[in-house]
Amino acid sequence: MSRPLESEEDLIRHDVRTWLAQQEAKELLRFITCGSVDDGKSTLIGRLLYESKQIFDDQLDALESDSKRHGTQGKKIDFALLVDGLSAEREQGITIDVAYRFFTSASRKFIVADTPGHEQYTRNMVTGASTADLAVLLVDARKGVLTQTRRHSYLAKLVGIRRFVLAVNKMDLVDYDEGAFDSITADYRAFAEQIGIDDWIAIPVSGLSGDNIMSRSDRTPWYSGETLLEHLDTVPLEAAADAQKAFRMPVQWVNRPNQNFRGFSGQVASGRIALGSEVRVLPSGRTTRVDRIVLDGDLDEAVAGQSVTLTFADEIDCSRGDVIAAAGDPPEAADQFEATIVWMAEEELLPGRGYWLKLGTQMVTAMVQEPKHEINVNTLERLAAKTLGLNGIGVAELSTDREIVFEPYAVEGTSPNKVLGGFILIDKLTNATVACGMINFALRRAMNIHRQHLEVSRETHSALKGQKPAVLWFTGLSGAGKSTIANLVEKKLAARGRHTFLLDGDNVRHGLNRDLGFTEADRIENIRRVGEVARLMADAGLIVLTAFISPFRAERHMVRRMLPEGEFFEIFVDTPLAEAEQRDVKGLYAKARAGELKNFTGIDSPYEPPEKPEIHIDTTKVDAEEAAELIVEKLLSRR
Amino acid sequence: MRALTHLDRLEAESIHILRETVAEADRPVMLYSIGKDSAVMLHLARKAFLPSPLPFPLLHVDTTWKFRDMYALRDKVGAEPGIDLIVYKNPEALSRGINPFDHGPLHTDMWKTEGLKQALDKYGFDAAFGGARRDEEKSRAKERVFSFRDRNHRWDPKRQRPELWSLYNVRKNKGESMRVFPLSNWTELDVWQYIMREKIEIVPLYFAADRPTVERDGLILMVDDERMPLNGEKPVMRKVRFRTLGCYPLSGAVESGADTVEAIVAEMLLTKTSERQGRIIDKDAGGASMEKKKQEGYF
Repeated sequence: MSRPLESEEDLIRHDVRTWLAQQEAKELLRFITCGSVDDGKSTLIGRLLYESKQIFDDQLDALESDSKRHGTQGKKIDFALLVDGLSAEREQGITIDVAYRFFTSASRKFIVADTPGHEQYTRNMVTGASTADLAVLLVDARKGVLTQTRRHSYLAKLVGIRRFVLAVNKMDLVDYDEGAFDSITADYRAFAEQIGIDDWIAIPVSGLSGDNIMSRSDRTPWYSGETLLEHLDTVPLEAAADAQKAFRMPVQWVNRPNQNFRGFSGQVASGRIALGSEVRVLPSGRTTRVDRIVLDGDLDEAVAGQSVTLTFADEIDCSRGDVIAAAGDPPEAADQFEATIVWMAEEELLPGRGYWLKLGTQMVTAMVQEPKHEINVNTLERLAAKTLGLNGIGVAELSTDREIVFEPYAVEGTSPNKVLGGFILIDKLTNATVACGMINFALRRAMNIHRQHLEVSRETHSALKGQKPAVLWFTGLSGAGKSTIANLVEKKLAARGRHTFLLDGDNVRHGLNRDLGFTEADRIENIRRVGEVARLMADAGLIVLTAFISPFRAERHMVRRMLPEGEFFEIFVDTPLAEAEQRDVKGLYAKARAGELKNFTGIDSPYEPPEKPEIHIDTTKVDAEEAAELIVEKLLSRR
Repeated sequence: MRALTHLDRLEAESIHILRETVAEADRPVMLYSIGKDSAVMLHLARKAFLPSPLPFPLLHVDTTWKFRDMYALRDKVGAEPGIDLIVYKNPEALSRGINPFDHGPLHTDMWKTEGLKQALDKYGFDAAFGGARRDEEKSRAKERVFSFRDRNHRWDPKRQRPELWSLYNVRKNKGESMRVFPLSNWTELDVWQYIMREKIEIVPLYFAADRPTVERDGLILMVDDERMPLNGEKPVMRKVRFRTLGCYPLSGAVESGADTVEAIVAEMLLTKTSERQGRIIDKDAGGASMEKKKQEGYF
């Protein structure tokens, strides 16, 4: 709820229309507040809300009674209670998640992301900072610049915040001492220079007493700079910088109600577009002109931040995930990148695993390499790392399964390219958002390592053998019958003169993959190697049969992508867990149940059944012989 | 070209959220509660997809105890071309005759919380738009725009997905769903300003008029129909209006002379009490009431 300042009340009483017109012209500033646990951040925000009259009498009554019950300020009103929203937080006296607050001044409206200072919640801070134009860093005047202050500055800078306020809080507790303020400012200046923060100011404040928040305090006569609110009211907005850049609009949705209208809906990420402007649709690269700009009526122009629907002068292909850009200044497309990644999940990064990557409106599968280094956010040192854990920040290379249209996230001297440079990674099984990342630059590695041109081609191999290569990928629980059926299939194919080879899970683990264990990471590598071998054999013209549990959809999908369309047959040997366990041919289930085998699929490690297998064998309905016959038939009947 | 105002930016953000949901969800629906926030949300949805008709139905989870004026507007909206309105009433609440007078908190629980879950399950909706705003209430201030719910529609505040930039993760497994709040960053004043700027039709109950009322426990209640038991009370005509609308026996009126949007805004700006104060529903279980309801699956 936004309420007027006291000075405006007369105008509202007598001429609310004029007042409303003024409100409409207000700009929007989003900022983030960060500080460590006891820096008084919630109190400061509570104070801003209170002084800008955002608090109603009934809320104030509740606050007074709460202050007596949970408050930490004796008989005084505890403003922190206004913003500590969840009951878990109240009980523990901490802030555990990002909360958004709203208040207004005479010239701007503000959205404040209030983020906690605890180490384990780095991800919340990054989340809050991702939409902010400015960061207010709280420091306790008695404690000065702490490790956490540095960490928060670094994180805010990392997600592209360019403007900072160092709010030296609790000045009342150091008797408004200029020396204390100066020494903290000097400390911070040294740090800011080190990490490249050049647009910042320091303000001596007291959230508890209200000094230099809304109005200048007479207890700091030595300070002649802006108050916090004066600064928030006048600091430049990133929207202005966004509008100056080249035009980009990711297509969200194709609007096609009938034959006469074909529009492309999206939010303008940067720049502006006018009727008749020439645009290029990426990644196809086709160009056309903008015919109409539709919101509810037709517009002549649209600018960064607006959500509109464009129609084109020509009928060209364009769909969700494409990017409409200025024809003469388009962004690039690539499938390999270096990015800075912030890991946000309990389960650590698995290099080589496929994750969903969402960037703008593009959704692709991405594989992250082992990090080049991890960054210690406290010391800013680069550390060697094999993976990233919760709240880990690192630089890594990643590759996507198709090209995406992107821009580097951070650009010197202007606002960050949030829409085409920022991405999230999503776990394919749980669908949780596990990381966010910022693209640093594209790699050109695939172009630099040229493949050796082979004189005897894949087609030649295939023709010599008089067969079309294939990979028959058997997947299913341990003891489902994969190897049994695969063996029968191979025998039948051999009998018909086909050239085959069977890669069996157990056998491969005795040789090629004997260095691998059964952790999730090793299982992924196991399947990747088998996939590569199967692909080489298929290139040689063979029909390859593989019998591996291969429990994860993401890895089976990875192998599928290695092969030409139509050559990968996912065969789901579907045996219910209870049935497989009852058979327990190798006695492994018994061991797993007894706790002697860890990470056993179906017991303490998941099996993700195929969603659309080429062939589905229900072993409770058909026996191995019937299954094998069915598979051979299906394989040989393909065209 | 003029710079975008605060309201322009909010509008653009909401439209982005609406489109993103429609592009990625299998079966979206818009919760239509007939109040002013629903009216704004519906207006934004029309803008987002125009000239196409709304690419999802509206769902009204009815308690049978709304104001008659609300039903009138609902039916008018439902009859408009291109609008597919589903009205759902929890059959168990209906057969047991659950009402706000005899059943207290059970009324909200069965009609609204249970009714909503049943309706979402029945139609298989996997993303439901709601008009909630972060400025309304403290636990709302921490909820994501895309709020993930498990198979039992429960919200877990400690396991919320991080939401960065304007990138929303709409992916989920079968049976799980999303509540999507396109108005997350709007304030009550923004809503009124937008209603005025866009000339959006709202229920007349928001405007002051002479209405039959009784006073109970410090709340002014409107006697909207004959189902309201009067224990010897005589309804008194008062010039009143409502700041929020729900079931009429649970919605407190305020005495007011404001009969235009401008007058409402002026009155609201100069008032000293918050919007939700007239709602009995928030007071069920102390301060954490809304947080508790949300964990149970309430919107």
